[in-house]
Amino acid sequence: MSDTAVAVQHDERHAHDDHHHGPQGILKYLWSTDHKVIAMQYLFTGMFMAVIGGFMAYVFRMQLAFPGISVPGFGQVSPGEYNALVTNHGTIMIFWVAMPVLIAAFGNYLIPLMIGADDMVFPKINRLSFQIFLLSALILLASLFVQGGGFGGAWTAYPPLSAVGEYNQTELGSSLWLIAVALEFVAFLLGGINFITTLMNARAPGMKAYDIPLVAWMIVIASILFMLSVGPLIAGAVMLLFDQTLGTGFYDPARGGDPILWQHLFWFFGHPEVYVVLLPAIGITIDIIATFSRKKVFGYKMMLYTAVATGVLSFFVWAHHQFVAGIDPRMANVFTVTTLLISVPIAELLFVIIATLYGGSIRLTTPMLWALAFMAEFLLGGVTGIFLGASGADIYFHDTYFVLAHFHYTFFPIAIIGSFAAFTYWFPKMFGKMMDERLGKIHFWGTVIPFNFIFIPLFVLGMGGQHRRIYNYQHFPELASAEMYNLREMATYALLVMLAFQLVFFFNCIKSWMNGKAAGRNPWQSNTLEWTTESPPPHGNWPVDEMPNVYRGPYEYAHPDREEDYWPQNEPS
Amino acid sequence: MIDIIQGSTYAGDIDNLILFMGVVVGFWFFAAEIMFFWLIWKYRAKDGQKSRYLTGRERHVKRWITWPHGLVLVCDIFIVWASILVWMDVKQTLPEADHTIRITGQQWAWTFQHPGADNELDTADDIFTVGELHIEVDKNYHFKLESRDVVHSFSVPIFRIKQDAVPGRSITGWFNATVMGEYDIQCAEICGIGHGVMAARISIEDANQHAAWVAANSVSTTP
Amino acid sequence: MKPIATTRSATGVPTGRLAVWWLLASEVVIFGGLLGSYLMMRLGHPEWADAAMHTNTWLGATNTFVLLTSSFTAVLAHQAAEKGDGKKAAGLLVLTIGGALTFLAIKSFEWYTEISHGYTITANNFWSFYYTAAGLHALHVIAGAIIMGFIAWDAFRGKELQRVELIGIYWHFVDVVWIFLFPLLYIAK
Repeated sequence: MSDTAVAVQHDERHAHDDHHHGPQGILKYLWSTDHKVIAMQYLFTGMFMAVIGGFMAYVFRMQLAFPGISVPGFGQVSPGEYNALVTNHGTIMIFWVAMPVLIAAFGNYLIPLMIGADDMVFPKINRLSFQIFLLSALILLASLFVQGGGFGGAWTAYPPLSAVGEYNQTELGSSLWLIAVALEFVAFLLGGINFITTLMNARAPGMKAYDIPLVAWMIVIASILFMLSVGPLIAGAVMLLFDQTLGTGFYDPARGGDPILWQHLFWFFGHPEVYVVLLPAIGITIDIIATFSRKKVFGYKMMLYTAVATGVLSFFVWAHHQFVAGIDPRMANVFTVTTLLISVPIAELLFVIIATLYGGSIRLTTPMLWALAFMAEFLLGGVTGIFLGASGADIYFHDTYFVLAHFHYTFFPIAIIGSFAAFTYWFPKMFGKMMDERLGKIHFWGTVIPFNFIFIPLFVLGMGGQHRRIYNYQHFPELASAEMYNLREMATYALLVMLAFQLVFFFNCIKSWMNGKAAGRNPWQSNTLEWTTESPPPHGNWPVDEMPNVYRGPYEYAHPDREEDYWPQNEPS
Repeated sequence: MIDIIQGSTYAGDIDNLILFMGVVVGFWFFAAEIMFFWLIWKYRAKDGQKSRYLTGRERHVKRWITWPHGLVLVCDIFIVWASILVWMDVKQTLPEADHTIRITGQQWAWTFQHPGADNELDTADDIFTVGELHIEVDKNYHFKLESRDVVHSFSVPIFRIKQDAVPGRSITGWFNATVMGEYDIQCAEICGIGHGVMAARISIEDANQHAAWVAANSVSTTP
Repeated sequence: MKPIATTRSATGVPTGRLAVWWLLASEVVIFGGLLGSYLMMRLGHPEWADAAMHTNTWLGATNTFVLLTSSFTAVLAHQAAEKGDGKKAAGLLVLTIGGALTFLAIKSFEWYTEISHGYTITANNFWSFYYTAAGLHALHVIAGAIIMGFIAWDAFRGKELQRVELIGIYWHFVDVVWIFLFPLLYIAK
């Protein structure tokens, strides 16, 4: 035991020295083990991939609104290219934007700071996670340029289409796509271990489990959910890779294999995955709403338990993606029940967030606008899921644009609105400068309003029977009416407007980073520990002799015993 | 709104289910959004006014969560019950067939095997077509759905029916058309580069027209 | 130098041990998914029993014994590390690695024989699962042995002795996976 005490002193003294001895110069940005640098690496990679994924959406939406057009910046879109665009748009947005930004970037940045630690518990594995992630991104991008082109079998990659080169005609691209996804999984498994063990063990003295900010909890619960659900898909992906490259027949009915086996393995992960990204977005939203309503979260423990309940239940709903896939029809009834049941804890989460607004003193800053928009938009996404979880209705809606609009009304709030909320909220801490509020609000409205004009038309098209992943509806008289083309055009124009407004965001980032007002330590007057140190925090986060101790929960706003309407966690009573 | 006709005996049931869900879900959606926006407006920051300190144990506020929570669960139960009824009718029961057809999906076309004049499938007088399905109105049809290569999905929007075609399996479904005319058949599962051209048409004919079509196309074995 | 965060333990359990258990949880789901798929398919294809006849149960049993013994030496290594005897721990870890190498040698011989008889990974789906499952397991044996080598080298110099326990836990997991594989691939005939 005395060994440990000596080790602690030794380590602390060295950690102090280390403030001056981390990697220097350009190496600092490429080889650092500092969680904040790694967070930035994930953030910038995710943002870059978002531009790529967004460009893909631009191209295929132009093709859909103006079939046969030579799309500016791309050219004419062939059917094969169309399939590759929609496939990789989906794959990139989920695995290379939503997960790295919401979980890896903000998890890495916030968790050590919020628990009063100087870094993650495994900094070198942290660095390795990013390197594997970066490799996965490069392989994915490479897959788009090899002979045959990028994989075009949808992000769901159902075999036999995905397994057999003659069927998909993108043999090399298909395998590279699959390897990229598998590597991304490995990167997040490694990263998850870091987040979970750091939260469990490296907390500041005095920080009990219920003193941890909800966003940190949510990211960790999401990591656990990911780790426990991705395994079967990794197994399935190995089998698919062998079918593709070695000629095995795991999914080949002619050899006793089963295409539907892949579907089960995929969706067993695929469904929990949506909660893997939802929970962090909810964590970000509630932390921001608490800060800008000046209110304690209404039901911290309730949120925690319902988040866990949602995670557990999410393992039992997967086959609602397979209602008409050829599974035993009796099973569909079971999955209808479980799927509709999962709406209950999610509704609870949303109700608690809404209740937190009650009695508040609400400041509509840019981050708050984003957080509120998450709620307003996600509500529509959530309720439209009911139509799809009910098997009777799904017979009609399956594979229509109704599904697509539903998941964009959930994923867009999660991945885009949630990311902007987090980014605008923690920008002052990360870069030491305030963002321009006016530009922020212009960007906000210029994103959220057009978003609705993209996807409401798509709901309507879906209700009209428009099916998915079709590059040109000319062959379907019922889908080739003027009315339907008008809706497609409206959606595309709205997308162009929304993309244009993103320039405001980039301009704001650069302008604020160069010229923004100095942020100080705690510009939002928030309670959590990241706001007690400098902006940006130094290597080691706090001076060694100023590591915080914790005396209360993270949301003690407007406490009756206080003059100030906030009470930082590290202030002694 | 886009109007799409109800072309089968169960299309109306599915539409009614969707409408029912729309009403229930719509109520909750608007209630939540209105409450949400009202709270933002009512509790906007005002000079000198501090926010309230609520721990989450206050009963008068908690009631606003637990009651809706319970009501959501009750609504879910109704929706589940209504949905299971529709599902069982379309996917779990097979009314007795007047005619049976075989539908085969492949990259990239639908081929249809109609029973010939003998009304028996897999006999010498069967009628094979590519891209067009001919049926008689107001008759129960069983379809045997198969695939030659990858997963496809047989979809007829006016019927509201959809069923994946999985290679290695023959999946049986049913429909009974209630309107006449020519309508879209889609492939509703991405099946490769030609997924977008894998269209077909269903031609729903009255008894005379259909009999005439069968007679003209069926190769009779009896002299 | 290591961050202060690594010296804390709010749960009372050493962080390294927590990490290994979480790693194992994710690995259990991977192998569980693979073996679950195999089981479902095997139950649906009784004719796979014909293929399964040709796995070598004696060699499989020998390998089971080899792995169990190596788990035993890993336990002894942990005991030595607990007492602070780095050199003894290192020696026992080397024995464990020896067990791993023996396992891999026997497996190589087994596979060589099977492949030369035409039982390749594409022969039929039973063999596809056989090589995939045993292959994935073997990859974990190799990775574990390599990491164990580094830990043994550190332990020999008296460093990071707490890692001997951790690689031991991982090694027992590799052993347990084999204990599931053995009956599924070798005994079920």
